[in-house]
Amino acid sequence: MYKLAKNSVFLLILYLPAIAFAGSSNFLYKTPNIDETDKAAIQRGARVFVNYCLTCHSAEYMRYKRVADDLGISEEIMKKNLMNQADKFHDGMTVAIEDDDAKRWFGVPPPDLSVISRSRGREWLYNYFMTFYKDDSRAMGINNATFKDVAMPHVLWELQGWQEPVYGDAEGHGAEGGGASAQQIVGMKLIEPGKLSPKEYKQTVRDLVTYLVYMGEPAELKRHEIGFWVLGFLFIFLMIAYALKHEYWKDVH
Amino acid sequence: MSNQQDNWFTRTFYSFMEWVDARYPATKMWNEHLAQYYAPKNFNFWYFFGSLALLVLVIQIVTGIFLTMNYKPSAELAFGSVEFIMRDVNWGWLIRYMHSTGASAFFIVVYLHMFRGLMYGSYKHPRELLWILGMLIYMTLMSEAFLGYLLPWGQMSFWGAQVIVSLFEAMPFGIGGPLAEWIRGDFTISDATLNRFFAYHVIAVPLALLALVAAHILALHEVGSNNPDGIEIKKNKDENGIPLDGIPFHPYYTVKDIVGSIVFLILFFAVVFYAPEMGGWFLEHNNFIPADPLKTPEHIAPLWYFTPFYSILRAFTYPFLGVDAKLWGVFAMGASQMLFFVLPWLDRSPVKSIRYRGPYFKTALYSFVVSFIVLGYLGVKSPTDTDLFLFNNTVWAQIFTAVYFAFFLLMPVYTKMDKDKPVPDRVTG
Repeated sequence: MYKLAKNSVFLLILYLPAIAFAGSSNFLYKTPNIDETDKAAIQRGARVFVNYCLTCHSAEYMRYKRVADDLGISEEIMKKNLMNQADKFHDGMTVAIEDDDAKRWFGVPPPDLSVISRSRGREWLYNYFMTFYKDDSRAMGINNATFKDVAMPHVLWELQGWQEPVYGDAEGHGAEGGGASAQQIVGMKLIEPGKLSPKEYKQTVRDLVTYLVYMGEPAELKRHEIGFWVLGFLFIFLMIAYALKHEYWKDVH
Repeated sequence: MSNQQDNWFTRTFYSFMEWVDARYPATKMWNEHLAQYYAPKNFNFWYFFGSLALLVLVIQIVTGIFLTMNYKPSAELAFGSVEFIMRDVNWGWLIRYMHSTGASAFFIVVYLHMFRGLMYGSYKHPRELLWILGMLIYMTLMSEAFLGYLLPWGQMSFWGAQVIVSLFEAMPFGIGGPLAEWIRGDFTISDATLNRFFAYHVIAVPLALLALVAAHILALHEVGSNNPDGIEIKKNKDENGIPLDGIPFHPYYTVKDIVGSIVFLILFFAVVFYAPEMGGWFLEHNNFIPADPLKTPEHIAPLWYFTPFYSILRAFTYPFLGVDAKLWGVFAMGASQMLFFVLPWLDRSPVKSIRYRGPYFKTALYSFVVSFIVLGYLGVKSPTDTDLFLFNNTVWAQIFTAVYFAFFLLMPVYTKMDKDKPVPDRVTG
């Protein structure tokens, strides 16, 4: 019992992260399961990324070659489908847009997206792409429920169409923040359909987020694979080491 | 040493060692520190963490050397060079994750090692100097971690360093400003700061750390290890002068520590391979945003191993006696460390181990552990939010800061009054 109590301190310290980070989400949409090992999804997401994001945002730490290698795409197909003429296969995903120009157009230069999934997290990214809405009070007529007063236009609008926010009483959020009387956005309503059905759009966003997660850490695919063998080796080593210890300690006990 | 039955290899080895021993005390050192160093036979779970700390130190030094080969200590290139390591350097991601996980693992191991010392009275006579050397290692380790955290040059690196260095500005008599400037080498955290922090992190502090670790081990082997019963095994020796309750460190504890090390490595690599960010506790999410001196993050939190002290710093919100709140916070944070150094003299109980201590000490120690954990938790939270119950985070931090200090400051009283139990002559198991 005493030993158990003592060891529980150790466990508490180990599991503290899990306890503290459980249930701290207040996003509008539940994020679908993002499988970062789903190469087909990453490929589809890469196409969306290159077509819609890579015009303004760079991903300078992500090399085209690495994407091709990791996803099993040949150099020719990569060049034909996912790269501009001027891009070099070994280079990172850079853009021609100058920071100064971008600042004039959007107010802020678009951030590099190489590790955006690691700073924002997948839930945030998924919700961000799902919650653009029309807002006449903004200069460009667009706002976002996940990133309030965002400078970025809704580049996926032709796919999603336009939405309007649905307001309602924020249940269970009364204790947080000041304006208790203020109504919160509780949902989105499609007012002008885009090229894709809502279901297809959801899938597209999911693919894009999968790609962004992959791009945040391309080594992740390999990491999980190798970890299995390393831990397996250690378990076998543990058994042998324990047997050795047991043998030596026979004369102490 | 050699006899007729020995084979060719053994005979050669012995004669080689004779040659060495005539010139260098190799066998003598081996015996003094391992083969004939008698450790108590009743070490338990808590006695793994000393050797584990040494293991983590080796991991940090080796991975650190390889990281240095590709890292660029420059404000322009640092962030990108870390990504370069993560993506383009062969096995770079593994080396980097081992180093970042190693930093947190180091503190987990060291905190458990220190808790062991508190529990079994390992700081008490005759181990005061051993304890002080250990505390110096801990302080050095904290500065090493702080300096290293600037290097990835993310937002938390930058703003964390900004907050901590600006604490020095609170120093009175006009020395604060110039001191902070001297540390930074600039008026704000900048390229100059990054360069010097890099130099401290890879050379200066590790050298000090290694020297202190060597001194810590020498001091330990001079006085001998304490044990869960807090009994001096040297008091009961056989006719050859060998402690009756002692066993040679090698092979008994070397084989035992190998088992402990592997269990540790299983946990360590489980994190490295499957949860290197540890939900933001080992690698903060905001640190994946490049440092931007013009954009202060809403919420600046140091890594978990500093948060108990960060909470103590923030717990002081009123100016007392004409000294402003920030300076009180800095003093309190300093005092929260310094009190550990005088612990051997605050404890007035004749008993070392918690097994034979009375209820007051037990209550005090467990309250201290709870306060340390709660302060650590509050340190990552916003001070104005209410994450626990009843009060907001600042009030809770104040309450637990009081508990933290009470553990030390009231110690002379409660350890004197405590109803200690009789201590047996020989170790129990």
